[in-house]
Amino acid sequence: MPNILEVSQLSKTYQSGTKALTVLSDISFSIEPGDKLSIVGSSGSGKTTLLGLCAGLDRASSGSVILNGTKLDSLNEDERARVRNLHVGFVFQNFQLLPTLTALENIMVPMELRGEKGIKDRAMDLLARVGLAERHDHYPTQLSGGEQQRISIARAFSNRPKILFADEPTGNLDEETSVKIESLLFDLNRELGTTLVLVTHDNELAKKTDRVIQLKGGRIISNSLNQALEV
Amino acid sequence: MDSQSKTDWKWLFKMAWRDSRRSKSRLFLFISSIIIGIAALVAINSFSDNLKDDINSQAKELLGADLELGSNDSTFNYGLVDTLAHEVSYENSFASMVFFPKNQESRLVDVRALEGDFPYYGKIETEPANAEATFRDGERKALVDQSVMIQFDVEVGDSIRIGLVNFKIEGSLISSPSQSLGATLVAPAVYIPLKYLDDTELIQKGSRVYYRRFYKFTDPPEGFDIEAQIREDSDTLRIQDISSETIEERKEETGETFDDLADFLNLVAFVALLLGCVGVASAVHIYIKDKIRSVAILRCLGASGKDTFLIYLIQIGAAGFIGSFLGALAGTFIQTILPKVFGEFLPVEVNIALSWPSILGGLLTGIFVSILFALAPLVSVRKASPLITLRGIEADNNALKDKLKWLIYVGILLFVIVFAFIQIGSLGDSVVFTLFIAFSFGFLALVARFSMWLVKRFFPASWSYIWRQSLANLYRPNNQTSVLIASIGLGTALITTLYFIQALLISQVEITTDNDRPNLMVFDIQSHQVEELAELTKSYDLPVLQQVPVVTMRIESINGLTLEDVVSDTTEDNRRRSSPYRREWRVTYRDSLIESEKIVRGEITKPNNIDELPQVSLEDEYAKRNKIEIGDTIVWNVQGVPISTTLGSTREIDWERVQTNFLGLFPSGVLEQAPQFHVLITRVKDVEEGALFQREVVKNYPNVSVIDVGLILNTLDNILSKISFVIRFMALFSILTGLLVLVSSVILSKFQRIKESVLLRTMGASKRQIFSINSLEYFFLGSLASLSGIILSLLASWGLAYFTFNSTFVPDLLPIVLVYISITSITILIGLANSRGIVSKPPLEVLRSEIQ
Ligand SMILES: Nc1ncnc2c1ncn2[C@@H]1O[C@H](COP(=O)(O)OP(=O)(O)OP(=O)(O)O)[C@@H](O)[C@H]1O
Ligand SMILES: [Mg+2]
Repeated sequence: MPNILEVSQLSKTYQSGTKALTVLSDISFSIEPGDKLSIVGSSGSGKTTLLGLCAGLDRASSGSVILNGTKLDSLNEDERARVRNLHVGFVFQNFQLLPTLTALENIMVPMELRGEKGIKDRAMDLLARVGLAERHDHYPTQLSGGEQQRISIARAFSNRPKILFADEPTGNLDEETSVKIESLLFDLNRELGTTLVLVTHDNELAKKTDRVIQLKGGRIISNSLNQALEV
Repeated sequence: MDSQSKTDWKWLFKMAWRDSRRSKSRLFLFISSIIIGIAALVAINSFSDNLKDDINSQAKELLGADLELGSNDSTFNYGLVDTLAHEVSYENSFASMVFFPKNQESRLVDVRALEGDFPYYGKIETEPANAEATFRDGERKALVDQSVMIQFDVEVGDSIRIGLVNFKIEGSLISSPSQSLGATLVAPAVYIPLKYLDDTELIQKGSRVYYRRFYKFTDPPEGFDIEAQIREDSDTLRIQDISSETIEERKEETGETFDDLADFLNLVAFVALLLGCVGVASAVHIYIKDKIRSVAILRCLGASGKDTFLIYLIQIGAAGFIGSFLGALAGTFIQTILPKVFGEFLPVEVNIALSWPSILGGLLTGIFVSILFALAPLVSVRKASPLITLRGIEADNNALKDKLKWLIYVGILLFVIVFAFIQIGSLGDSVVFTLFIAFSFGFLALVARFSMWLVKRFFPASWSYIWRQSLANLYRPNNQTSVLIASIGLGTALITTLYFIQALLISQVEITTDNDRPNLMVFDIQSHQVEELAELTKSYDLPVLQQVPVVTMRIESINGLTLEDVVSDTTEDNRRRSSPYRREWRVTYRDSLIESEKIVRGEITKPNNIDELPQVSLEDEYAKRNKIEIGDTIVWNVQGVPISTTLGSTREIDWERVQTNFLGLFPSGVLEQAPQFHVLITRVKDVEEGALFQREVVKNYPNVSVIDVGLILNTLDNILSKISFVIRFMALFSILTGLLVLVSSVILSKFQRIKESVLLRTMGASKRQIFSINSLEYFFLGSLASLSGIILSLLASWGLAYFTFNSTFVPDLLPIVLVYISITSITILIGLANSRGIVSKPPLEVLRSEIQ
């Protein structure tokens, strides 16, 4: 089976004034469809940057990202947006819901962007799935952080993505809610066969994924299979 | 992937609608700028439209007849009219003193002795209304100008004496066709029946009477075109010294007078709309800045740049449409009060009608400007990076690299030029105007940049926290310095300029009633009365300021060319203007210049010997205009006697002084024996003294006329205060729009500072501290913006005064200080009103509702 994500010799350098700051250098790895991968590392090690590059939110300084067989580097911003819409889901550390849309409408947006029909039922299903069906006409400001995160996960799955990126999805939440959110992610991963890429500080969470990549100073210092979890 | 190429409009509209639900208040501010701008535009254009229509439809009433002929010669004859079936009315008019026995007062009026049914179209407007008809019933009855009746406190039923005849005042005259504002000022009209004119014994040989005839053609032949006929016969008429006026000519004339008014109105509408545009640009700029995060999220979810751009374009377009629609509606209502504001200045009765072209034009203009001025901030939506979701908003420093933005700026520039051209009507002016606006923006941007740099560079690190925080707010990321300085500054500049120009216009028409200027003129004095009148004047303790002889004459020929020669000469180049021949000259004779004169060319000399022709002097501009050169021979016809002269000099005359000024000046020793009358000029201290003296003069010398300048100035003052009311009322439009722009910019800016204030509050900042920080920031912004605006307005007013109004602009300090204080305090007040919500509510509530 071909890899869903292939990253090779990826580097990212920020130019601030005359100084160049290399944030990522020579990153290579790949993931097979349906796998769960976690990226760990200390703060500032480049996790968010890497995730952004994999999802096509930013351009690398060198190296390449091949997502579902498409080389992202050669695409322009709109073409990458299209790839995201068709194949990628994204869960942000700080939720990033559209403040002017209700919970239900937020979930519908990716499907609407694809021009799908009859999406309301599916959106309601997803809402029910994350346990917020009766909150469908509430605006983000009327929801708690955990609730917003659940909406944002429902939104991420709404377009049946082949791969889902989540940047510290539970970073802001208490343990109990975190566990709920985690199992939600894993359940959906299992049911839909969605590849999962998680950034996390939480070692417990990292242990539940198939593979862990550890970053330090912008380099991969380890890339290991998680024996414990192999079932 | 092919579904991508198709734009899903339905979804875009849905998103635009959804997104607007929670942004209503902000969109409303944007809409309100459009409303006022378009309201002004539609109101003014509708009014102009209706006025134009009414001038057209009431053209006949403007003249009152199909044809008006006039001449100084009672026996004039125009053959054409006799070949047509017609009705005719006669009007002989002349200036004369009238006397009110009720209170023994006299005044100079224009006596119009009327016979016939004139006006054939429209009416002579009187109070009571039927007086217009009943004064013609054969009795000795008169219609007296309304202002005169008020001034002299006479009523309908009182009597008025004209020459030797007493007339009963049948009604007061409100308006009649063929009555100009200027003429009524010096000599208001009094109508009497023509058959009593001889009885007054005022008409003697040499009296200056003007004979008018009004024709109505009862059965004009098929295809008969009076305009064409008159044009064809114009030379014959000119030679016979017959003046003519047709309905078409009167209509054009009226239209032209109205053009100046229209120009001013158009300017007001234009400035109001332009301010609306500034409001749109700044509102959208701030709005979009606020929406950038939503845009980035949409981009993350896979929306294309075009789609997100379209969502907001649809939103702005729809808001623009709503604003324009409401504006057009409001404008249509405002239009209905304009005729009342302008009142008696209007030549015709203006009907209130829907003007679809104006309404439609306003709608389209509104939508167009909303989109055009929103585009510049809107296009940055296309470039908004999805990275914003991860990293937050970065300083947008390559905004100027976007080629599309430059294209939009060029588009805006072109729009302003074209629109200015449509409204002002001169391409040169429009370009200058637009360049000045562009310069203003540059200047304001520079002020913003420079002050940010200055604060950063010389940051007062030792000052208290509150000062440091509020100063730092000026340059920290997400600051509002540039937008607010640009919009408030430009608004201030436009408002203040309008104020200055309005003051300039008003001061220009205000007449200084200087204390030692002459203010009473006695004329038509016979030579033998001169001495006695001077004595009488002195016996009243009044100074004889000037006493000059006046001789009336005509020009027979210039360098041998007579009027006939000039008229029949068709070679355009050396064609002399016929006007010097047609004018009835009133000249005086003396050997020296008076205060108000200056020699421009040649010199004033007495003839050295009998053979030499006497040298006359003409006003310089007049001589130039009519191509009369120094040394040219001019033969005058002094009431039948030809007198040959040469042009010896030209003079510049300051006409603004109340003095007897003469276009033509003879040396002494030529005209002493010619029939002449004299003018005496004096100065009275007040109206009562003037009235007393006038009464005595008119009693002893019934042939003499008196012009009381004070009386004229009183009437003029009245009219001028009405004019300034109109100017102020119209300027109010622009000022309102400007204030609205200011208010909405500041209100919108609050979203930038709210998060910070709440965080400070969370960290324990007191109410007072947050208030102080916010008010200081707005104080800095308001001050910088209003001061820059004032500087711009001083520049603009100076330029306008110098180049457009030919006068010097002396700024008043008081309005400047007032503008500074009011703009700055409005800015602070609204800024504070913004933060009130933050400090009075618990931080959490604010955090949840405002920060998303
Ligand atoms: N626009 C930028 N310009 C310069 N440096 C940047 C920029 N964006 C990120 N960096 C730097 O890149 C490095 C990696 O940032 P990144 O956000 O990827 O870290 P992270 O691993 O996600 O950290 P955390 O766990 O704290 O979220 C950091 O040192 C950061 O300072
Ligand atoms: Mg991170």
